[in-house]
Amino acid sequence: MKKSTWRNFKGHLWQREINVRDFIQNNYIPYNGDSSFLKGPTNRTQNLKSKVDKLFKLEKKKGGVLDIDTKTVSSLLTYGPGYIDKKNEIIVGLQTDKPLKRGVNPFGGIKMVRKSCQAYGYKLDKRIEDYFHFRTTHNDGVFRVYTEEMKKARENGVITGLPDAYGRGRIIGDYRRVPLYGVDFLIEKKRADRNLLGRKLMDKENIKLSEELYSQIDFLDKLKDMAKMYGFNISRPASNSVEATQWLYFAYLGAIKEQNGAAMSLGRINTFLDIYFERDLKEGLLTEENVQETIDDFVIKLRMARQLRTPEYDELFAGDPLWITESVGGMGTNGKTLVTKSSFRFLNTLYNLGSSSEPNLTVLWSKKLPKNFKQFCAKVSIETNSIQYENDDMMRPLYGDDYGIACCVSAMKLGKQMQYFGARCNLPKVLLMALNGGKDELTGEQIGPKLPVYKTEKLDYKEVMKRYNFYQKWLCNLYVNTMNVIHFMHDKYAYEKLQMALHDTDVERFMAFGIAGLSVIADSISAIKYANVKPTYGKNGLITDFKINGDFPKYGNDDNRVDMMATKIVTDFYNNLKKTPAYRNSKHTLSILTITSNIVYGKKTGATPDGRKKGQPFAPGANPMHQRDSAGALASLNSVSKIPYQCCRDGISNTFSILPSVIGKGIHEQIDNLVTMLDGYFLKGGHHLNVNVLNREQLVDAMKNPQKYPNLTIRVSGYAVNFHKLSKQQQKEVISRTFHCSI
Amino acid sequence: MKGYIHSIETLGALDGPGLRVVVFFQGCPMRCKYCQNPDTWALKDGILTDTNTLIKKIENYKPYFGVKGGITVSGGEPFMQAEFLLDLLKNLKKRKIKTVVDTCGYYLSSTVKKCIEYMDFVLLDIKHTVNTEHKKLTGKSLTNVLKFLNYCCSQRKKLWIRQVIIPGINDTKKDMQQLACLVKDCKSIQKIELLPYHLMGKWKWKKLGKKYLLQKKKGPTPEKIRKLKIYLSRQLKCADEI
Repeated sequence: MKKSTWRNFKGHLWQREINVRDFIQNNYIPYNGDSSFLKGPTNRTQNLKSKVDKLFKLEKKKGGVLDIDTKTVSSLLTYGPGYIDKKNEIIVGLQTDKPLKRGVNPFGGIKMVRKSCQAYGYKLDKRIEDYFHFRTTHNDGVFRVYTEEMKKARENGVITGLPDAYGRGRIIGDYRRVPLYGVDFLIEKKRADRNLLGRKLMDKENIKLSEELYSQIDFLDKLKDMAKMYGFNISRPASNSVEATQWLYFAYLGAIKEQNGAAMSLGRINTFLDIYFERDLKEGLLTEENVQETIDDFVIKLRMARQLRTPEYDELFAGDPLWITESVGGMGTNGKTLVTKSSFRFLNTLYNLGSSSEPNLTVLWSKKLPKNFKQFCAKVSIETNSIQYENDDMMRPLYGDDYGIACCVSAMKLGKQMQYFGARCNLPKVLLMALNGGKDELTGEQIGPKLPVYKTEKLDYKEVMKRYNFYQKWLCNLYVNTMNVIHFMHDKYAYEKLQMALHDTDVERFMAFGIAGLSVIADSISAIKYANVKPTYGKNGLITDFKINGDFPKYGNDDNRVDMMATKIVTDFYNNLKKTPAYRNSKHTLSILTITSNIVYGKKTGATPDGRKKGQPFAPGANPMHQRDSAGALASLNSVSKIPYQCCRDGISNTFSILPSVIGKGIHEQIDNLVTMLDGYFLKGGHHLNVNVLNREQLVDAMKNPQKYPNLTIRVSGYAVNFHKLSKQQQKEVISRTFHCSI
Repeated sequence: MKGYIHSIETLGALDGPGLRVVVFFQGCPMRCKYCQNPDTWALKDGILTDTNTLIKKIENYKPYFGVKGGITVSGGEPFMQAEFLLDLLKNLKKRKIKTVVDTCGYYLSSTVKKCIEYMDFVLLDIKHTVNTEHKKLTGKSLTNVLKFLNYCCSQRKKLWIRQVIIPGINDTKKDMQQLACLVKDCKSIQKIELLPYHLMGKWKWKKLGKKYLLQKKKGPTPEKIRKLKIYLSRQLKCADEI
């Protein structure tokens, strides 16, 4: 059977061991050409899309959730097969038996499920309630062990967004293994690993791993049965490209049925699938139109993926995304590009199916990417606003050339590395706590070790840093310990059996910590050092606000005086984290990522010494605070590019908003300039760039929510102004002008 | 060397080819009624900067310039501080950074001529093609501007010509004929840009306590600009120049 499914494939190593990279390297065809070969959507695709669009509308009308199955616990075999339009689908499979119907997944925590059901007018079935009365969830486990200090830090939002009530996510199964090898081969390998383990010392670690392997094998069997319900036998390798896409989708579908993780990313599948598409094209089995149609159909399925969340969760993440991140492009370690025709085809789905945030298409940018591909990416960015970019030249030396991105910026070798998602720490709150002697500035609760409140007329830089360093040390230890508890319990009660079955048994683990509010704390410390900051005290004796006299350097203006402070904050924090060992020998990593949750974190933070008022939003990720940049967008990029990636291996996120008219006159100029800008940013050492090319509606939104659109500049020839510095009236004028006339 | 600058905009893509860092110089001899940067008029209102600091800043952006991009010096009127500009241009040339100067063409001293030698090309704003109108609009006569244009042409310096189109002031076919007449013999002109008048500078006048002198409520429609461009290129008999 393998002979016919692997016909015409080259290479030997990948045939003996599980080695998808070796398969890709031996068989893929790099593509340097342009986008002219691409095909539009077929009638079938358009018909299916209009059906799906109707469902999306209905879902929106019903308040964001179309339907919930409150009686069935989501898993691989708990629902019968589901279709959108059975006769007209090329790739099949839904999470439940009906499109957009959400299942319940209480293994992470039943409270969250109960609350979500209630929020949308449903009630969780009594049988499920009864069953989970006796079955420990991840959430139960965590709260059995949390210390009072951990609970307080969590409740007051010093460490926040913790994955202790639902699936942690951020794990990418190497879904490509299913089509390439078939499930039986994977089971065979896992059995062998398990037997081998039996010959080692059966200590705590190995017994745990052995039990996990049992679950992995069990769920690989279930995956076969799930596919069988749809009429497919995936025990063997896929024999053509439609099968390969279908097998791969089944593997991903199994994962999102089993886990409701916050980010359930796809990996890097386009170049892998391209090998199958090119073989079929060569054999005359398919036309280009068929290939695009298959990819379009697959992407429609991905866009239907949903998890049941609470409205609070949606507020935190601006919707209920799954971060189905697919990494496109990049270079091989041998210098050949990993761009194939299918890299173009996946980006083309943004035209064929309309722009969308899912799947989260992520271009791995290298200076050496083919020019045609760079230009196509820039064009898609400008026209659909749906791509993010990451620095392949910086990640490749660390992760090789077969890594993927989980969520937004977390790189990992596919099938070889995984991460324990570590949420984030609100650093401005740590600073305020340091000034207030360990008390929370809003609730007044004693969270950290008790010190006297800092009573002074003027904040002294040295004294502030002394206090901050003391509380930072305390916090880092608490933070790592809290994560250790969470992930121990997640492994124990909500283990990702299927996703881990699609990893090597001997996997490398990261523990990915995070920082929120970097620009706020950097500017605060800069204000304390360079200006005159006078604290004001409330009735409870705590500092409630600050009066700032004089100017100070602000992060985002390419000014080393403050940019180096931001760098030091990050470096110190990372070094302190490393002092406490992380669960299961995982390596500490750090991200500066809060792409949408900066608004909620700001709400929970008192006034800060940089002049930010109580409750005002933070800037997203590593972005400078809006309205504080006076040197234009490239200066802001330069500031962010100074944050060292070696301390922030889990990613440094930067959101960049531009109007198309700002980067050039006419689409060709705009494309060329965006390409040059990306080359420049990544050459400077930037890690990630979310290029937000605004349309009229977004510019209107920017009036109301400036924090969502940092460093938004309005330019015409010989003139530049920061959008947020204009009055409402002026902004309205700019909007009407920008989108009614060409500037 | 020291000079006054107004500000730096690090992402410029509209004042010359490619991505450019735009350095706005302080000080201007003209007082255009529709000026979008009246805050650059008075020389001493600027920030005193020295060439080295400026160069150091600019060098931070070299990776973004690619093949086409570089520095655009705008203003204000850059040639008002010709010595300072010359020093800057020489230093940028040494560092292989391409330069463009955006000017109203009022000055033409020997230092200005030296500057022209050192820059890659010139963006010349011709505000109006009739002397009396030019004077009314800017407070200065057109004669100097034409001398500047002729000098650049004689030196075969690459030029982009720009004109801001204001309804009722310079938006007729006749205006375009006159513009074509002025520029058609100059072989080193590479591009003519017709820029629609806008009111986005008006708030700056108010902020400075100045009365905005141009009583126009609206800029020209894109359709109008498009028609004028077509007409102008017919006059020049060369469609791709614009």
